[in-house]
Amino acid sequence: MKQQIPRILVFIFGIFLIFQFFVPHESSEWVFEYLLDWNIIIGVFALAVGIWSLFKVHVEKIRTHKVGWQYSYITLGALLSMLIFGFTSRNGDEWGWFFVFWLSAVMVLLMIIQAMAAKGNTLMSVILAGAFAVIAVIIGAADNAWAFHFQTAEPLQATMFRRSFDFVLISIHATMFSLLAFFIASAAYRAFRARNVMATLLLLSALIVMSRFNPYLEPIFGEYLARTSNWLMNVPNLAAQRAIVMGVGLGIVATALKVILGIERGYMGKG
Amino acid sequence: MRDVLKLVTVLVLCAWATGAAQVEPPVGDSLPTAPAPPPPAPVTNLQAQDTENDHGHSITLTWDLSADDGAGQRSVVMYEVFRWFPHQMDVVDSLRDAISTAQENVRAFRSDLPRAEHALRELKDDPGKLDRLRFSVARPDDAAFVLTAEYAVRALEDTIAAMTEQGPIIASRIGPMKDQFYRALDQLREVHARFPENGGWRLLGQVGFGINRYENSGSKEKTAPDFYPDYTDLYYRVEAVTADPSVRSEAAQAGPVQSKGQWFHTGKKPVLLFVLIFFVLTVVFVRLAKKGTDLYVRPLSGIEAVDDAIGRATEMGRPILYILGLGTADQVATIASFNVLSRVAKRVAEYQTPIIVPCYEPIVMAVAQEVVKSAYLDAGRPDDYKEESVFYVTYYQFAYVAAVNGIMLREKPATNIYMGKFFAESLLLAETGSLAGSIQIAGTDEIAQIPFFIVACDYTLIGEELYAASAYLGREPILLGSLKAQDWAKAGIIMIALVGMISMIFNWPAFAELFQVVD
Repeated sequence: MKQQIPRILVFIFGIFLIFQFFVPHESSEWVFEYLLDWNIIIGVFALAVGIWSLFKVHVEKIRTHKVGWQYSYITLGALLSMLIFGFTSRNGDEWGWFFVFWLSAVMVLLMIIQAMAAKGNTLMSVILAGAFAVIAVIIGAADNAWAFHFQTAEPLQATMFRRSFDFVLISIHATMFSLLAFFIASAAYRAFRARNVMATLLLLSALIVMSRFNPYLEPIFGEYLARTSNWLMNVPNLAAQRAIVMGVGLGIVATALKVILGIERGYMGKG
Repeated sequence: MRDVLKLVTVLVLCAWATGAAQVEPPVGDSLPTAPAPPPPAPVTNLQAQDTENDHGHSITLTWDLSADDGAGQRSVVMYEVFRWFPHQMDVVDSLRDAISTAQENVRAFRSDLPRAEHALRELKDDPGKLDRLRFSVARPDDAAFVLTAEYAVRALEDTIAAMTEQGPIIASRIGPMKDQFYRALDQLREVHARFPENGGWRLLGQVGFGINRYENSGSKEKTAPDFYPDYTDLYYRVEAVTADPSVRSEAAQAGPVQSKGQWFHTGKKPVLLFVLIFFVLTVVFVRLAKKGTDLYVRPLSGIEAVDDAIGRATEMGRPILYILGLGTADQVATIASFNVLSRVAKRVAEYQTPIIVPCYEPIVMAVAQEVVKSAYLDAGRPDDYKEESVFYVTYYQFAYVAAVNGIMLREKPATNIYMGKFFAESLLLAETGSLAGSIQIAGTDEIAQIPFFIVACDYTLIGEELYAASAYLGREPILLGSLKAQDWAKAGIIMIALVGMISMIFNWPAFAELFQVVD
């Protein structure tokens, strides 16, 4: 039964979505959008499951003192901080006791983690967690300089959230992305070694395509390079790409049919 | 005396010059006024039809061009399209605006009220804060400061009182207004049928000369400003207009016409045909495979390497890292990756080798957990399954890369398997894995990422091979049957492409048109 019900559901919804593609009527669109809404709802709940998984993995890492376990505190602390910043905003120009509240909340989390990860006595961590929780609740209730906003997206534009996002997260992302340039250089070096005839052809093609954008060669060979590289990109390259795209298209249809018909059940853990 | 004479002379000359300048030109010889140009010929054969292959809410108008468009007087510069709107439409629009404004006000009240109350408290506690609260019109040392502060307090109190009183009143009126709005919408069909009573023509748009088509479409959302009612009698008119907008042709009129959605998209017939043929092929080959027919499929080195890679990891006592990519659980590449994961996890369980599956998407994580758990169960080792082996990392692309790269460098997995959707992170992951000394097997259908994987990984499944991987690993006849169907379909497509190419060379587009898909 555990296998049958998902298979029946997959069959019904799979067949419906195939037909939906050919039916432009509003009713069909409505059902499709309704199903997409379900997707979003499931996604929201799954996010909670995901965060719980992340929490458990890092607590386990701290408990077993795996390599770099200290960073797990930072990960979980940052997770809670962004959560707090995302639900709070100032009422005026002053912060009041906000940062004490934030620190207390983070300390509550860290003490809980400590209690979960500790192998021996956890009483002290629990007492401290309770003490910090009391401080956080008192400040949260009494301080009027800031407020929680659960019904509006206003805190997403608030100072702390925006600054953490713009000046920390985006910078870190940009750093990771910029590493790509160096990895491309190292990968290109490996790819373009002329080990045999095919590799030499690849190297020559790459040289022509790259030289096209070389400002020093452009005045002399500009037109020739442009024409040759355009041909390389639009004829052999595109032909190969289209062949792959065609194969991918067929693969998608085949996999979808296998899943809908219940032939392939690997996604349910039944290979 | 001479000066006086000079002055008199100058005055006389000035008076003469002024008088001469004020003399009007002779009347009677006025410039000939151009005769008003004749109006252009009207458009003919105006047709208003429901737009094909859509969800409704759209009418397409076509007409024969005016005789003066590009010929005759050549005076037509554009065509103006009008639609008849009943006055009820104004009622609907007003109610929609009123509801929208009320909702905005309630939202603003909810958000501003705590701020205003906070500002009032601050101001009452410490009037010196006035300047910082930005209500100040005077400096704190100004004599008028106290008065200004008092005024600010009063103004804030009034605002808070207004918000507190008006907010609930406005909120309570939104519901009845909505009822009224939907009642007005329900009456639209009826009032349109009373054409031409209680309504008027509204300009919808203009199209340039030489164009004889106009599509009038709108939103299906009843609350949208451009809501377009279906199953309602609509009337249109088109006028040919000259460079002088006041000179225009007589209006050609069309209607009543109703828009409605279609139940079959005729432009997608070739796709439906292909899906049906492929479906039949798959069923036929699966049945053949079930009967025991030997179906040959060419070997894939990347798939054959999976067993060796798992063996290597077991020998080295290191884990296997399985990356499902950045795709969501509803993408077929991710589903194919789940299928491969299932096979890999089963063998990993048999060999008692640890597996690490960091996930980018929570739903993917939930499915992957179930897949790995079931695989361990199938392998007869349910106790060896650790829930922490499949975990969620983050929904940010480069944060995910950082986390996975960290795992690669810390855990030093013997084998990295990348299967699914990959984007800019493909090379960052694969190069780090290569630096960590892992055997790497990748498979993706993202064409732009395939070269990166080919360069940085030991084995790469290109495009469709990802979808075939599960069948290869399982070696089950039924799955191999579906692979065979894929091969036959591919052969068919190649044949059709060749015939199409030849037909186009000989200028016979009819064959290619058979496969044309209209979106």
